[in-house]
Amino acid sequence: MSGTTFLTHNRVELALHRLRASDGPALLLLHGLGEFSPAAVPSYAADWTGSVYALDFTGHGASTMPLGGGYTAELLMADAAIAVRHLGGATIVGRGLGAYVALLVAGGRPEEVHGAVLADGPGLSGGATVPTSQPVVMATPVDGPPDPYAIIELGRDLRPPDYATTFVRLANEGSTLDEPITVTARFLPQWLRSVVEAPGVRYTEHIADALAAYA
Amino acid sequence: MVAPTPPDVGSPDREYSIDSNGVEIAVHEWGEPDAPVLMMIHGGFDFARTFDCFAPYFAAAGWRVASWDHRGHGDSGHAHLYSWDADLRDAAAVFDHVAGRRAVPAIGHSKGGALSINLADAQPYRFRTIVNIDGMPSKRPIPDVAEHERTKMLASEIESWIAHREATAAAARRPDTIVGLAERRGKMNPRLSAEWLQYLVTVGGYESDDGWRWKLDPSMRFGGFGPWRPEWARYKMAGLGVPFLGLLGDQEEPMGWGATPEEIRPWQPVGGVIEQYEGVGHFLHIERPREMAERIMDFLGAPA
Repeated sequence: MSGTTFLTHNRVELALHRLRASDGPALLLLHGLGEFSPAAVPSYAADWTGSVYALDFTGHGASTMPLGGGYTAELLMADAAIAVRHLGGATIVGRGLGAYVALLVAGGRPEEVHGAVLADGPGLSGGATVPTSQPVVMATPVDGPPDPYAIIELGRDLRPPDYATTFVRLANEGSTLDEPITVTARFLPQWLRSVVEAPGVRYTEHIADALAAYA
Repeated sequence: MVAPTPPDVGSPDREYSIDSNGVEIAVHEWGEPDAPVLMMIHGGFDFARTFDCFAPYFAAAGWRVASWDHRGHGDSGHAHLYSWDADLRDAAAVFDHVAGRRAVPAIGHSKGGALSINLADAQPYRFRTIVNIDGMPSKRPIPDVAEHERTKMLASEIESWIAHREATAAAARRPDTIVGLAERRGKMNPRLSAEWLQYLVTVGGYESDDGWRWKLDPSMRFGGFGPWRPEWARYKMAGLGVPFLGLLGDQEEPMGWGATPEEIRPWQPVGGVIEQYEGVGHFLHIERPREMAERIMDFLGAPA
């Protein structure tokens, strides 16, 4: 890696890794549930002409591992929003859980996210789409990341389809792009199927093709 | 302005902390240590010592009342993260410590009432009886529940929440005098007496060189957004399998949940009872501690 910067999010230090330096527009990679940032620019981003960064979410990689859990996808959205603002705006590629977070931040900060690509990866499906009886689970302490509470809580967070499509609408209203969201995932859980069917969302098979449209 | 005033209150007989997955949770108990357990669960942005005016009635009647400060509240630790799941896990840790796996009665106010419904849905074996004081779900957004539990998806709300998250690292509670802090809290608790609110400052705040501050974690805030719909808790309430008493006031105020008996009754548990009291607001147990304690003790029966 070419360098790591730590950004503060409340009591958490977020590791933002620079994978490639360039004067061009920034690309931000968001990993999947239980993953961490790649050490090098992935092949799908080889043709991206700008800088490439990757963020370790709270409880993952080199970022702080909190005590006692309490994760939500909205909290990770704030992780990503802090990184995007630090970069002065970015295009985002999210894998799995990172895809869902990319959607949230594309809707939450549409003027700063220049396209979000939603790709397959761990944690893509999330949990229920309706209220359920969730078990109260205590995790066994571990020495290092990923935080088991992140795995438990973010692997089952509620993702109602109409909640997800609200963020598509926000992205459409706030972005200058005609299609601010691109889905490349082959697995389409219910929330993502609704996203694909929403206006302003493009579907394409390859991440590289999606990035070419946002370059 | 209504009762109580400080002479009516009683401090806990025992105070200690337990570890909940790395977060220190402060537990407060009133009554004899070997008496039957009765759990009390406070509302959002409150703390266990708000039961100082209420728990002593039950202790005097032979209960061992146990309550705890939710993470980020009162004397409990300020956590990295806050969520409904985390609050449920902390609650389970306290129940484990105080009552083991035995079923015990519980009284929950506001967010504490909602917590009791959700914990009873997930772990019904912990509960013998549930009393819910204005913490029953309606369609109205819940005023004192953490931000992720809400459903407000306006762009400005999201931007406001993100901006708050960006600023929390440097956040601090604003210092004031005891009277000043009480007056600020009075805006959210307009029906409670100045004397009571000033007392709360002395047990829910701390004094430093530049004045008093609430112990509440400054990274917590009202408002926000999330996928959860408040009314979804109705489905869990309808399925409760233990005796249930729901208490409502009829006076609206900022922290009130706005639920009406007509709205709640279709979802009350089988055999449950919903009662509404005239001329009282969200804090029924603080405005009328003796009346509510007597009604609840009648519902619970003798300590056992």
